[in-house]
Amino acid sequence: METFAALAHGMAVAVQPMNLLYALIGVFLGTAVGVLPGIGPALTVALLLPVTYKLDPGGSLIMFAGIYYGGMYGGSTTAILINTPGESASMATALEGNKMAKAGRGGPALATSAIGSFVAGTIATIGLAFLAPWLVDFAVRFGPEDYFALMCVAFVTVSATFGDSPIRGLTSLFVGLTLGLIGIDKLTGQARLAFGIPELLDGVEVTTLAVGLFALGEALYVASRRHHAEEKIEPVRGSLWMTKEDWKRSWKPWLRGTMFGFPIGALPAGGAEIPTFLSYSTEKRLTKHPEEFGKGAIEGVAGPEAANNASAAGTLVPLLTLGLPTSATAAMMLAGFQQYGLNPGPLLFAERPDLVWGLIASLFIANVMLLVLNLPLVGLWVKLLAIPQPWLYAGILVFATMGTIAAKPSVVELSMLAGFGVLGFLMRRFDFPIAPVVVGLILGPIAESQLRRALAISLGDPLVLLQSSMSATLLGIALIALLAPFVLKGLGRFKASED
Amino acid sequence: MTDLPQGEASRRIDRAGLVIAAALAVLAGVLVWDARQLATTTMYGMGPEAMPVVVAVGLGILAIANLIDALRGNLPPRESADPRAVLLILGGLVLLIAIIGLGGGFILATSALFVTTSAAFGRRAILADSAIALVMSTLIYLAFDRLLTLSLPTGPLERLL
Repeated sequence: METFAALAHGMAVAVQPMNLLYALIGVFLGTAVGVLPGIGPALTVALLLPVTYKLDPGGSLIMFAGIYYGGMYGGSTTAILINTPGESASMATALEGNKMAKAGRGGPALATSAIGSFVAGTIATIGLAFLAPWLVDFAVRFGPEDYFALMCVAFVTVSATFGDSPIRGLTSLFVGLTLGLIGIDKLTGQARLAFGIPELLDGVEVTTLAVGLFALGEALYVASRRHHAEEKIEPVRGSLWMTKEDWKRSWKPWLRGTMFGFPIGALPAGGAEIPTFLSYSTEKRLTKHPEEFGKGAIEGVAGPEAANNASAAGTLVPLLTLGLPTSATAAMMLAGFQQYGLNPGPLLFAERPDLVWGLIASLFIANVMLLVLNLPLVGLWVKLLAIPQPWLYAGILVFATMGTIAAKPSVVELSMLAGFGVLGFLMRRFDFPIAPVVVGLILGPIAESQLRRALAISLGDPLVLLQSSMSATLLGIALIALLAPFVLKGLGRFKASED
Repeated sequence: MTDLPQGEASRRIDRAGLVIAAALAVLAGVLVWDARQLATTTMYGMGPEAMPVVVAVGLGILAIANLIDALRGNLPPRESADPRAVLLILGGLVLLIAIIGLGGGFILATSALFVTTSAAFGRRAILADSAIALVMSTLIYLAFDRLLTLSLPTGPLERLL
């Protein structure tokens, strides 16, 4: 009942005309930027952060909700129409969706992805609304050592457990942790890794890192391998609408995708790749039209798209209740909170319920707006896709640097941006994952201060980490999650040598 | 930078991997060197120098792990890259930083980046692109400066507006 009252209150905040306008602008901008090839939701949020600088926190977070869902929707449009998924979570969608577009069924593919996203987003947001207060009650009992242990779990799962190579994932994480050390130590006021450069005393800006790694890195990478393959846009031919048969084949995958996406997203495990691929393989197994898979089966678009959106709402559960970002996009959302000095977590639910519940209610509204706006506007989004590549990337880089120029127009800050761009390019080229760097930069300093607080309370006794049963359990989980990929790889190698 | 051959032949030492491992080791060294300059003032628990050392140890272990991967040739295969395009964009970024640093203003700086990036993606119409860039960045400047009241750096062109 408490949840209903809180949610109703949030709705009252969200339907104020100004807030509705912010949500609409967010959805529109989010889709417009997210639809550009090579731009995923994380970069969409990072690029649009400067637009929200001058708004009040409530309005800006509501706009963020719209940008987030809009960016997700735009990404799947790109995946379907030109087969360049902006992020790995859209890869499963591109698999069947692009085939459908090639077969002249781009309209139904876009429709099932839009309606599936709406269904999944709505169910998952309801899940978020009910799960969040429960988790908050649980989280207020957390001591600093428990938080530290929880962050260790997030570090390991984000970098090592689910990636291609645990070593490369951990390398990315530690680069992020190193960047997080730069600046004045909050407890003693001493400068670390600042090398006497005043601009470094404040630490590395999350947006500078994210825009450098994602936008500049991607542009450099695409430019460096432009000679390999040209992108091709599939025109949307025929009817936009789904036939009765399409509906019949879509609704179960939507629901199953949601069931995969939300729980996995809500666990501090990060990443939407796992649920989308789980959903894809499930639909492939359950379908009555197995011959269509690989040639454009609508189930293969409906399921993964729903899973993708549901897990996006799922990642908001640890983000809002524990302050724990488990994906690059969630990390950017956290940066959005931090620009107003707000720290998501149990305290925020108690101190600013209007803000948190206004945001959750706006997610519902953004979802409805996306459904109403996007199918009719699909022609506009296709036109955006047709911008010639040189101008497209030149424009992206202008917007990317503009955020930094507006916030801190110093030579040092811009050089850092360029340096992160080169880092992002090299990481793409040598196949290091990007998200762990951003998560490391954001969570590293928080984890350190929690650990130091725990040790100060225990008068320096490190056993405090094991005396709390919660933190001992979480550290155990982190250890298992760290070792699992190595053990499983060993097993895999054993199997391979048997063949 | 050439394509790596597939199969057995790729199981040889990867030089880029050696560079990555060395870079991680150097980074670990810098962390330890910097941590040693911090004063330990905390009575109980960890001082500010503890975490950098922990991270440095992690980086050191990962440097060894990356070194082993490189020696075994375990790096994922790479396609050839076009260094000219990368250098053009980087040149554009250097120009942007220089123009902002010297007070040339937002419009000139972003226009320079626009033209070089466009060239990196294969356009050869530098004059036309310059015109497009100037118009676009002027519009962005006006939108952000007047509508959102964000202050962007001003130079000779901005003062004319």
